[in-house]
Amino acid sequence: MATKTATLTEKVAAKTVPIYIMGKKYEVPGALTIMKAMEYAGYQYIRGCGCRGGVCGACATVYRKVGDYKIYTGLACQTVVEPEMYLTQIPFYPANRAAYDFETAEPTAETVYQLYPELFRCVACNACTKVCPMDVEVLDYVSALKRGDLKAAAEISFDCIQCGLCASRCMGEMAQYHIAQLARRLQGGKLAPKAGHLEKMCTEIDGGAFDDLLAELKTMNEDELKKVYTEREMEPHMGAEEWTPASDVGLA
Amino acid sequence: MASIPSPIHPDNLKAVQKIAEISGQNVYECMQCGTCSAVCPMVSSMGFTTRQGIHYLQFGEIEAVIDARIGEFCASCHTCVVRCPRGIDVPRVFEAVRQLVLRTNTDLIDLKTIPKDTMAEAPQIAFVSTFRKLTS
Amino acid sequence: MKLGYYPGCTLKTKAANLEQAAMAALDHLGIEFTELSRWNCCGAVFSLADDDLIHQVAPVRNLIRAAQQGCDTVVTICSQCYNTLARANKLVRDDAEKRDTLNRFMREEPDYDGGVEVVHYLSLLRDRVGWDKLRQAVTNPLTGLKVAPFYGCTLVRPEDVAIDAVDDEILEGFIAALGAEPASFTASRECCGSYQMLAHPEEGMARAAKVIAAANRSAADALILSCPLCEYNLGTRQGDVVAAHGGLEQVPTFYFTQLLGVALGLDPDLCRLDLNGPAARTLLTEKKYIAAATA
Repeated sequence: MATKTATLTEKVAAKTVPIYIMGKKYEVPGALTIMKAMEYAGYQYIRGCGCRGGVCGACATVYRKVGDYKIYTGLACQTVVEPEMYLTQIPFYPANRAAYDFETAEPTAETVYQLYPELFRCVACNACTKVCPMDVEVLDYVSALKRGDLKAAAEISFDCIQCGLCASRCMGEMAQYHIAQLARRLQGGKLAPKAGHLEKMCTEIDGGAFDDLLAELKTMNEDELKKVYTEREMEPHMGAEEWTPASDVGLA
Repeated sequence: MASIPSPIHPDNLKAVQKIAEISGQNVYECMQCGTCSAVCPMVSSMGFTTRQGIHYLQFGEIEAVIDARIGEFCASCHTCVVRCPRGIDVPRVFEAVRQLVLRTNTDLIDLKTIPKDTMAEAPQIAFVSTFRKLTS
Repeated sequence: MKLGYYPGCTLKTKAANLEQAAMAALDHLGIEFTELSRWNCCGAVFSLADDDLIHQVAPVRNLIRAAQQGCDTVVTICSQCYNTLARANKLVRDDAEKRDTLNRFMREEPDYDGGVEVVHYLSLLRDRVGWDKLRQAVTNPLTGLKVAPFYGCTLVRPEDVAIDAVDDEILEGFIAALGAEPASFTASRECCGSYQMLAHPEEGMARAAKVIAAANRSAADALILSCPLCEYNLGTRQGDVVAAHGGLEQVPTFYFTQLLGVALGLDPDLCRLDLNGPAARTLLTEKKYIAAATA
């Protein structure tokens, strides 16, 4: 088993690709993500490097490939490097976020218009949709907001991770993702039906339904807690404890 | 034969060319009949009339036309073009003047000056058309 | 011959009183249509710069949607949307190079070949229904109602997209078909002030005042409109306009589709008179075209 792991590592390390980071060329292992490749090259992320899991939007990256005019985007933590990738990293794109009091904000499209009049500067060029690393249909939610449909805008923008790439490309100088977040907050917080079962459970908790159980757990020492944990009710095991890939899975 | 000096400065001729490129119109076709001014619903708000504006443009005096705010007050009603006996597309001419300002990343109105009540009350086409015409 | 309907941003909310009766009337008159899906804002104004194509993307994308959805004709009611879509359509039909550039830019969409026709709702009524057939469908004629027809700018200028030649008088024909009397109205094709009401409010209101003054001189009971911006300038803001300019009398404003709904005997609730000023409903109930609203 140890031999096989070493072979895999060697195989991965041997396949490097040339990429450019901040104008300088590096040979990095081809299976790395942009984020790992930059660390491999010696860069350190000391702040705002994100969740590394594709959901926080901190690592949005714009890149080109040498000889190719097109603009590409992706999340650095998710996008695997390609030969001739030309990377620069910007911390974030400046964006206008309106200040408002959510408690008193009316859940209407007019609230959005008042806080973000630049919404109407959209020229429907679709650059935002083309640049989105989460495949959100940005133009569609901007259109929905312009026609007053908060619900549709909230639904269409659901996958947005607030990376700001849309704002960086917007001809109308909007920060689409902030506008959509307002729409989602108004829709989710004030218009969508409440989850009745959640409220019920919260009431039960407040009413002390789990107080005795928690008090009991607090009296236990580490060994007693471990025993309670391992003997808890849970689903049966369906497979073996250990698993390794059947073949080189294409690393040859 | 000696060449006749042009009263129009070469830089101003370039400006006329620029207007022609953006608008597709030849301002020298204007015979200054004044019909465009007569039918213009916004002419009284402008520094000088649309007819005078075209005349200034014939001399390449774009700055004067910008200062007269003809392009800013134009409501794009298109009455001038349907009445012009020479068929000059006057709205396109003043759109070109407007674009020369807007394309320097200068807005002709400030979004922040629109009252909140208006933002809640006016139809969406009001905002879209205002911002398209008067912001860059 | 599939008919697509392009609403535009305003008709779903602020100008629901322009849309709802219009759609019900098409159903009533037996005209089938489907609202386009995934439409975007058309931009409201047609870009007048020769070297500008980015502002043509928005309207042309809607024409692509129409073509994608099997429509050979798109009908629209908002005057500004009509003007923008019709002129953008003409641009790409007449200029192959610009059409190619736009198609290449919108590579995420299928190419547009100019195959869709853009018509305004009034043209549809005149050409597919006809004034005679419309008159026959009217069960609640607006007899005794003197109506000033306000075309505004974008339905009739420039000439290549005008919905009628000046002599055709499409709105007058429409009004007569509903049993009402078209008023002779000098400002019928003048500008309401358009976006200047927002950009330069004083000047915008001065323009609107001229239109209201002409409506007063025509002794009309009501003013009808097609465009939500005209309605904002001449209807919603009428109180401010009259207050700022002496010698004006208030006159109720309606969308032409609201009067169509009433004359066809459709449910008055569809006409969304709640979105007009109170004078609108009052006029219709006083003249007994609709019953007084019960609380």
